[in-house]
Amino acid sequence: MLPVSLDGSLERLRREGRIVIVGASLAGLRAAETLREEGFTGTLTMVGDEPHEPYDRPPLSKQVLLDRVPADHTKLPRRRPVDAEWRLGVAATGLDLAARRVRLADGSELDYDRLLITTGVRARPWPQELEAELDGVFVLRTSDDAAQLHRRLSAGPRRVLVIGAGFAGSEIASACRERGLDVTVAERGAAPLVGALGGVVGEVAAAMQREAGVDLRCGITVTGLEGDAAGRLRCAHLSDGSKVEVEVAVVCLGATRNTEWLADSGLGAGPRGIACDAGCRAFDVRGIVTDDVFVAGDVARSPHPLFGYQFLSLEHWGNAVAGAEVAAHNMISASADRRPHIWTPSFWSAQFGVNIKSVGVPPMGDEIIVTQGSLSERRFTAAYGHHGRVIAAVTFDQAKWLGFYQHLIERAAPFPPDFPTVDRRPEGRHPVPAGFPDPSLPSHGPTVTLSGHSPSDRRISFTPLRA
Amino acid sequence: MTSVALLRQITDYANRHDPYPLYAELRRTPVVQDETGPYLVSTYWEIHHLLHDPRLSSDLRNLNPEVARSIGHEEDPNLPPAFIRLDPPEHDRLRRLANRPFGPPHSPRRVYEMRGELDEIVAGLIDGFRDRGQIDLVDDFSYPFPVTVICRLLGIPREDETRFHAWADTIAASVDPVHGTDEEREARLQGVRQARTDLAAFLSDLIEERRRSPRDDMLSAMATSHGPDAEMSLVEMVTTSILLLIAGHETTVNLITNGMLTLLRNPDVLKRLRDDHDLVVPLVEELLRFEPPVQLLPQKTTLTDIDIAGTTIPKGAQVWLVLAAGNRDPQRFPNPDRFIPDRADNQHLGFSSGVHNCFGSPLARLEAQIALTELVRRIDNPRLVEDPPPYRQNAVLRGPRHLGIAFDGLRQ
Repeated sequence: MLPVSLDGSLERLRREGRIVIVGASLAGLRAAETLREEGFTGTLTMVGDEPHEPYDRPPLSKQVLLDRVPADHTKLPRRRPVDAEWRLGVAATGLDLAARRVRLADGSELDYDRLLITTGVRARPWPQELEAELDGVFVLRTSDDAAQLHRRLSAGPRRVLVIGAGFAGSEIASACRERGLDVTVAERGAAPLVGALGGVVGEVAAAMQREAGVDLRCGITVTGLEGDAAGRLRCAHLSDGSKVEVEVAVVCLGATRNTEWLADSGLGAGPRGIACDAGCRAFDVRGIVTDDVFVAGDVARSPHPLFGYQFLSLEHWGNAVAGAEVAAHNMISASADRRPHIWTPSFWSAQFGVNIKSVGVPPMGDEIIVTQGSLSERRFTAAYGHHGRVIAAVTFDQAKWLGFYQHLIERAAPFPPDFPTVDRRPEGRHPVPAGFPDPSLPSHGPTVTLSGHSPSDRRISFTPLRA
Repeated sequence: MTSVALLRQITDYANRHDPYPLYAELRRTPVVQDETGPYLVSTYWEIHHLLHDPRLSSDLRNLNPEVARSIGHEEDPNLPPAFIRLDPPEHDRLRRLANRPFGPPHSPRRVYEMRGELDEIVAGLIDGFRDRGQIDLVDDFSYPFPVTVICRLLGIPREDETRFHAWADTIAASVDPVHGTDEEREARLQGVRQARTDLAAFLSDLIEERRRSPRDDMLSAMATSHGPDAEMSLVEMVTTSILLLIAGHETTVNLITNGMLTLLRNPDVLKRLRDDHDLVVPLVEELLRFEPPVQLLPQKTTLTDIDIAGTTIPKGAQVWLVLAAGNRDPQRFPNPDRFIPDRADNQHLGFSSGVHNCFGSPLARLEAQIALTELVRRIDNPRLVEDPPPYRQNAVLRGPRHLGIAFDGLRQ
């Protein structure tokens, strides 16, 4: 079959085209459903490197570790049948843009008329390979990871070390404390969540952890993991010269984008993700937008009008869903009918009994003001400001107000907000510095990354800081 | 626009059976000041935004003093406002405390576990229709059902229920705006004050008794609660229980009655529900959109000037959010005037939204679902005796006063 051309053959594409989706998680599944919903009747192939059907990840660091849901019971609910050929347990290894062909790890190849890439991210492993292989050293990203960690936590280790207090690390520490396990958290920054929410809010998170009985060590890095003769993790060495005896260590140093398989494809793919336009079409390395390769989910980076049209990469559940729906729609629509993906970043976390939610891009904020509630009560709403406008907001147990702040962000409302609100306290009279660490330092933390205006992104790379 | 008398027309009893054409008229100007003072908000997104706007207060002590005087708002020195008329942080604290014995996270199974009891009450009331060719759904079912439930949930002794009904009706009527002469207004306020005082005295005795010998009910739980928040004072427990009682008495009755009325006006939907009980879940949501038991929220004011939909609502103004108008906004809901029991994307305003969203909504939903399923399943060939039925006076808590239904018999 000849490739379906864009001019005049849209109907044929919709009727009998071949669409391949690489990445069978949240974004991939929602895109497949949207394609069928919008009337695509051609062949659909879903490629996933994990052997499992699409499953939901947020519960893995929460309900699963708390024994409330088994790790293999977080399968994503289906909105509708997708009638796809599933190639699960097989990773994609290469892409030939000219031939419109995806290569798979088992040697087979898939031809496509439209390709959607939703390969997401993976946990960044412990950089010392031998130490990473010790029995008792874990990462948490997949349901298999969660099953193994859950099993080990259920065996009642004497102490758990969490390396990195971003959202995943903090949620794991919270689950451990709820299970009555002793936990040490080692965080390079000045406080937990500091990369994502800044120092002011980080201090609140630190107080929550300490009150819950976490042995929290900030401004500290783990310099080495040490095993016994049998290869079991025994202790961790910290940059302050101290040593902690632990049986389990969970490495929570953020994520790496799954783009290596595209290294020589000619796509604009790099460590920060795959650049695409607001319509989810991928850029090639020359900065020219493709018309048959689309990107969605954690692996995508796209320009956002609210944030100076800088490319934005988001590891957010809602972004994966919204991006997938837009990408799927645009894949089978004429250019005049396409839609932009201009989702306002937002995410949530549950830890230490507190519901944390955020909208916008907090790390862009220079200043923060607590507009409702009180930091000390751990129930508050705070707005972040950048160049005199509201750029982000965060709530602790006050999520119902967040929509209002989203409107302020979307309207570029002035910062600090110049109006009274219900529940304004004395601490809410003046903004203070938001306390974000130097952005040039690599961090486990931010789930939102701004990465400049260039669609090609090959120069930025992550180098773990050695203590 | 000629708001002339639009508000007056809405509160006019002559229009009670069908205010929706008036709401459509109102929506032509999303935010408009009525000639009598209040700002009326009638479009979906404007209402939705204001319900999440921290510049909007539910505490009428923030009204401009002149406005407060003109609408006859007064403070009751003995009974402070319940949480529905408070802002955070007081609202949040009291609502959390009230929620401890009612919903998640502390009591996630409370409503779920009432299902058996609700089934029994419903079965008993419907059994009472036997040997009758006609019932008044309101008096024979829609009123006694939720009232029995709220009294049992709180722990009100059965023998006192009748006195409660009288107090609850008087207080509920007071949410309506008062027109008429100063004397009429004063007489009505006097009656409401008396009812509140009597009900408060009764409840504080009961709470003291439950504190001494607690039972498995919400009054006992509130009286003996120990949590991270400062406990409720006796006065706070009294105002909170009055609030829950009134809400339990005066809202679900309309939801159930409006539900049967709507089903009897749409026989095809009634038949679908009889054949497919699962339809009741989205059907009740559509009902909350189509005929919301609380038509409008008249108890809001602004902490500062708010610009919305091209209008500036000044600080301290009285704001009315017309939920029932927003629920029929064609900008939000396609075919808004059609009752579509399995409507998709039905984020209605029937339970309001934001921090003041309906506290009892999980219970109200369950009550309406059980009631409508069973009424439809058991009553053979039900017919409306008159349409429209006679309505209650109340424009805010709107619903039929009687709903005559003729039928051929009862199924088991």
